[in-house]
Amino acid sequence: MKSTLLSLLLKTTKLTLCLIVCAMGLASAQATDNKYQKMVDNDIKRFSQFFYNKFADVKPEDFKDGVYAIDAPAREQWLEIEEFPPYELSIDDGKELFETPFANGKSYADCFANGGVGIRQNYPHFDSKLKEVITLELAINRCRANNGEKPLKYKKGPIADISAYMASTSRGQVFDVRVPNADAYAAYMDGKKFFYSKRGQLNLACVDCHVGITGQRLRADIPGPALGQVTGFPVYRAKWEEIGTLHRRYAGCNTNVRAKPFKAQSVVYRNLEYFQTLMSQGLAVNGPSSRK
Amino acid sequence: MKLIKVMLMSVCLLAQSAIAETDVQKGQKLAFDRKKGNCLACHIVKGGTLMGTAGPPLVAMKARFPKREVLFEQVSDARTKNIKTMMPPFGTHQILSKQEIELVVTWLYTL
Repeated sequence: MKSTLLSLLLKTTKLTLCLIVCAMGLASAQATDNKYQKMVDNDIKRFSQFFYNKFADVKPEDFKDGVYAIDAPAREQWLEIEEFPPYELSIDDGKELFETPFANGKSYADCFANGGVGIRQNYPHFDSKLKEVITLELAINRCRANNGEKPLKYKKGPIADISAYMASTSRGQVFDVRVPNADAYAAYMDGKKFFYSKRGQLNLACVDCHVGITGQRLRADIPGPALGQVTGFPVYRAKWEEIGTLHRRYAGCNTNVRAKPFKAQSVVYRNLEYFQTLMSQGLAVNGPSSRK
Repeated sequence: MKLIKVMLMSVCLLAQSAIAETDVQKGQKLAFDRKKGNCLACHIVKGGTLMGTAGPPLVAMKARFPKREVLFEQVSDARTKNIKTMMPPFGTHQILSKQEIELVVTWLYTL
């Protein structure tokens, strides 16, 4: 009798201990989550404050307009262009593509939250299971793969159209990208490192032009501020005479500094997009957009 | 016959003017070439158009860089003076050869 009582007591103690340990584990996991998000939040604050100080006349919410937030004459022209936007056809084409069912009868809407409508602000997001950054374009192609369809090319064409349509249904929504854990933070840091690293024969880092001298002229152009740089993608670029994705622009920028560009949707560019979108938290989705 | 003479003469004149291109002119050509110096991307320079404002205007070079080797180094690798510079290291990264930098420096001293 005594021994059974003792064993029962032991068992209960074990169970309690186990419960306590489990609870502590959960609590500490949550605490670490907060730690990473907090560190990123701190970066976001300092990053955006730099631009608020540098361009004191610009309303914080206008930084989503890229270089047109800080260049008044160019803004006028841009606003006129946006009245009859050159990307309108892309939105229409994208909508049609988006709504056309796959061979198996399913469609893009089945792959995304809320049927894929009004969700642009949640991309890119960090997939904690796959331990990688999922951009909207990557998600579009994964959706296709899961439904037995061939992948689309990542820089232009149908994927840019679909991305444009999905962005158009999300206009005005505020970017809400999170850093949930240590893996996500590592991806963020990787993107951050890329942004601040010198690259190519011209030895230029993203930060040189898009933070350091934004507002100054490079020949006839003003490099856009890094705050809000990604909110308007995909963009119809006059130079391209068509719509293209963010990673197409990344590749072009790398080529301009005479560096070998990475592949669109490579881990490197996805992490860079993650960092850049995080730096633009709180700004509204305004893609698709038009650029010079 | 007369026409041929005139043509020959003008060819000779053209060739002569090509030979007569001074180091200063060669330096300026390199400086303004987008694929070479591309100085106008960032600097305001006498004789340039659509000039950038990212770097300091290129004026009074003799007063600012009394020593030729210092100016040479500034073009070759501006990090020597300022580690935070964004100016491409034209020499170190072989964007311009030594001879080309010498020509650019010769031209810079006319500003």
